[in-house]
Amino acid sequence: MDKPKKVKILKFHPEKCNGCLECEKACSMVHFKTKDGGDKSAIRIIKNGDRYQMHVCDQRGLCLDMCPVGALTRRKNGVVWLDKDLCIGCQACVGFCPINAMRKSVSRIQPFKCISCGACVRACPNGALELVEVKIDEIKEIVYHKLGV
Amino acid sequence: MLQGQIPIDEYKTGNTKHTWNLKKLRFAHRVLFDYNYKKQEVQKGYANRTLYIDLSKKEIKEKKVTEEMKNKFTGGRGFGLKLLWDSITSETRWDSVENNLVITTGPLCGITQYPGTGKSLCLTVSPATNIICDCNVGGFVGPYLKFAGFDALEIQGKAKDDVIIFIDGENGKITVEIAPLEETNTHLLTEQLTYMYASEDNDRSRQKVAVVTSGKGAEHSWWGCLNFSFYDIRRKVARVKQAGRGGLGTVFRDKRIKAIVVKVEKVHGLLNNPADPETLVKVGTKLHREIRDLDKYQCNMRAVGTGHLVEIMDAYDLLPCENYRFGSFPKAPKIYSTKFYELFTKIIPDGCWFGCTMACSKTVDGYMVKTGPYKGQKVTVDGPEYETIAACSNMSIWDPLWILEYNFYCDTYGIDTISTGTALAFYMEMYEYGILNKNRCDGLELCFGNAEAVLEFIHKIARGEKGEFINVASKGIRRVKDWLIEKGWGDEKLIEDTGMESKGLEYSEYVTKESLAMQGGYGLTLKGPQHDEAWLIFMDMVNNAIPTFEDKAEALHYFPMWRTWFGLNGLCKLPWNDIEPANNAETDEPTKVPEHVQNYVELFNAVTGKKVDKKELILQSERCYNWQRAMNVWMGRGRRKDDWIPYRSMGPVTEMEYISRKDRYDKQLIEKQGFNKEQIDKMSVKEKMKILYDYRQDQYQKLADAVYYRRGWTPNGVPTPQKMRQLGMDDPRMLKMLQEKIDEDEKAGLNVWGGKYGKGEKPPSIHPRYWEKW
Repeated sequence: MDKPKKVKILKFHPEKCNGCLECEKACSMVHFKTKDGGDKSAIRIIKNGDRYQMHVCDQRGLCLDMCPVGALTRRKNGVVWLDKDLCIGCQACVGFCPINAMRKSVSRIQPFKCISCGACVRACPNGALELVEVKIDEIKEIVYHKLGV
Repeated sequence: MLQGQIPIDEYKTGNTKHTWNLKKLRFAHRVLFDYNYKKQEVQKGYANRTLYIDLSKKEIKEKKVTEEMKNKFTGGRGFGLKLLWDSITSETRWDSVENNLVITTGPLCGITQYPGTGKSLCLTVSPATNIICDCNVGGFVGPYLKFAGFDALEIQGKAKDDVIIFIDGENGKITVEIAPLEETNTHLLTEQLTYMYASEDNDRSRQKVAVVTSGKGAEHSWWGCLNFSFYDIRRKVARVKQAGRGGLGTVFRDKRIKAIVVKVEKVHGLLNNPADPETLVKVGTKLHREIRDLDKYQCNMRAVGTGHLVEIMDAYDLLPCENYRFGSFPKAPKIYSTKFYELFTKIIPDGCWFGCTMACSKTVDGYMVKTGPYKGQKVTVDGPEYETIAACSNMSIWDPLWILEYNFYCDTYGIDTISTGTALAFYMEMYEYGILNKNRCDGLELCFGNAEAVLEFIHKIARGEKGEFINVASKGIRRVKDWLIEKGWGDEKLIEDTGMESKGLEYSEYVTKESLAMQGGYGLTLKGPQHDEAWLIFMDMVNNAIPTFEDKAEALHYFPMWRTWFGLNGLCKLPWNDIEPANNAETDEPTKVPEHVQNYVELFNAVTGKKVDKKELILQSERCYNWQRAMNVWMGRGRRKDDWIPYRSMGPVTEMEYISRKDRYDKQLIEKQGFNKEQIDKMSVKEKMKILYDYRQDQYQKLADAVYYRRGWTPNGVPTPQKMRQLGMDDPRMLKMLQEKIDEDEKAGLNVWGGKYGKGEKPPSIHPRYWEKW
């Protein structure tokens, strides 16, 4: 199988964001079929002073080597994907994510994360979100060397 | 170097590939007897029943776990002790038909959200000590046993032919099958059975199978260990962890058990049905983050496992070298963890149970075997861990590749690396003094550092050779001491003082000469000299934090109780203090790691739904700890005389040892015993050694006095009926037995302090029969 070389990640334009959180609602719709947003959303918009910041997975894949059951893989499109049928809920990926972007909601034991599906991009009324393509080799990180030693 | 982010299917170990004719192996199986059971879910950490198998009577039955049993014994090792008390007699020995091999789990065992939660506890009457030995071991068997429906497995009786016990949690069936054709040695047998019993021919199915095996070495020595498997989906290897101490594998093979196989239907994160899963997630994630941020600055477990201890022990003169004669060695840097880091396969995760991010189970893949029946083959070596490396430094083996070879063969033959290494180190010292020689050692040149002879010794055991030396030597140091003394070879005192065993079990790998509290940590124990009850060397020797007997006794009360608690719950001790919160040093009691103790309180409550505090955790342990000591008393080995330790663990036995650390010992004679420099200079080494010997022996007895008092035992080390009642352990048969033993001691005049108390010194109590008041 050819290894994926590129992956789409989210890009944020803070100047266009008005904090309406439509993106979070769309995201929780994808993952939990609710419009709750917040803890049930993989993307989070955080107000910092009078500006907004985005907090979301950057698809570096540091968690891939953490999973004891191999439930985390890089899919053909390059996205780091958690198979929740294989996941045994150990939270190692949640604990070890260097930017805390692997999420856990009280609704179920398995964590969840951004899959670059674009639902938030489509939901944003102001065009503050965008999917951009990057090369995996330039962003990927390996747990052993970065965190083990 | 291997990079990470390798898809699981693509990872290769480079090991020699085996092709097994599994159909033929399976076709030769014959079901001896079987049993169907109703599958039921685990409730709040308990399966609420145990499984009993009698191999002689061909009987299988279930036993109910009552609320009373949970309240008194908690689980794990506690359950094991209860089941043994109900099934053996005070006369039961390791090879008695009624000896019972128990494998248990514990209420927290099998949660995946917190590191170190997959431990099994194994208990039986040990060949080495003739009392109960308990071992704590990783791998998937414990959690799977519980998920298959049982809190514990008991095996009594003996089979006539080699059998496999198969616990099929998928179909709710237990079968005992004669299995004649499989291999016996672990690395091959585990692979065969993992493939044979998996429901489908894929890695996911193989991961749902876990196996207990031993090996040829266990059949012919008293060092047999049990290997608990866990299938590594990246390496595609069934790896193993060892229940090493006390010859459990010897009992296993004596019962003619070739393997125990446990299979589960599914694995997911909530199979324990915990009362409060979100607390598990919260506490677990917090610890994962601590490990992520701090491990690399603390123990570096994720990179090198427990091997990081080698350089620390060498630096503090605590690494056993040449049979504990020295605590450091010029060649030691050759076996520092950096050397093993170069050899370890660097892929993650390396936990022996799901979710353990301490990840200390390191391996070397594709290791080319140098000697013996598997010479030239490439294999995965699990480890080496600190104890194995230090067992080799004890034999003066300083080559990492020979350490791997030793580690591999000990594991696959099913023998304990610690006992084997400590014993060989003693034989080597005897060889150096001429008490043993090539002729007396069945042709082996057992001089320090001869790794080839060490491996040949192990191969001889596995082949079942019958030479006089091999026959005795494979039964451990105690038997060799008796043999040497009986033969009249060498000085009896030298032999007794240098052979590092207590209660018949070999020491684990730390030099304790300069830490009185740690001498107690090895001697005043339940199963024999090991460090899983207390490791107080730094607290005592380096930091001088427990200067008085009272302080040391308090430490030798608290820490053994606390560490026992891990065994009651099916947990690993390492995530408690081998990772510490960043602000731990600023807390009231940093050695107890208060934040982590609180984690365990929360975990226990979150799984069981109970509401206990940290004091109750200690009380849970105290119940079982005293129960086990009482059982030792019952079996004739739980009094002061049984807590004897060899002088090599207290001080310098030989002049060479004294001279090698002359400044230290001379200084102590001045500072602690009031001699002046001129007196010291006039004395011969022998005279100084004698003074030190008497002083340290007396200190040890005083320590025992203080510890027995603190633990609520008589001055002869017997737990009292009053103490047992106070703990809520009111079994009338046990209370009666204890009273009889205390009365016996009273008649024999043994209820007296062991230390000599001079002017200004006081024993722990001025009341001669203080224990009656409790």
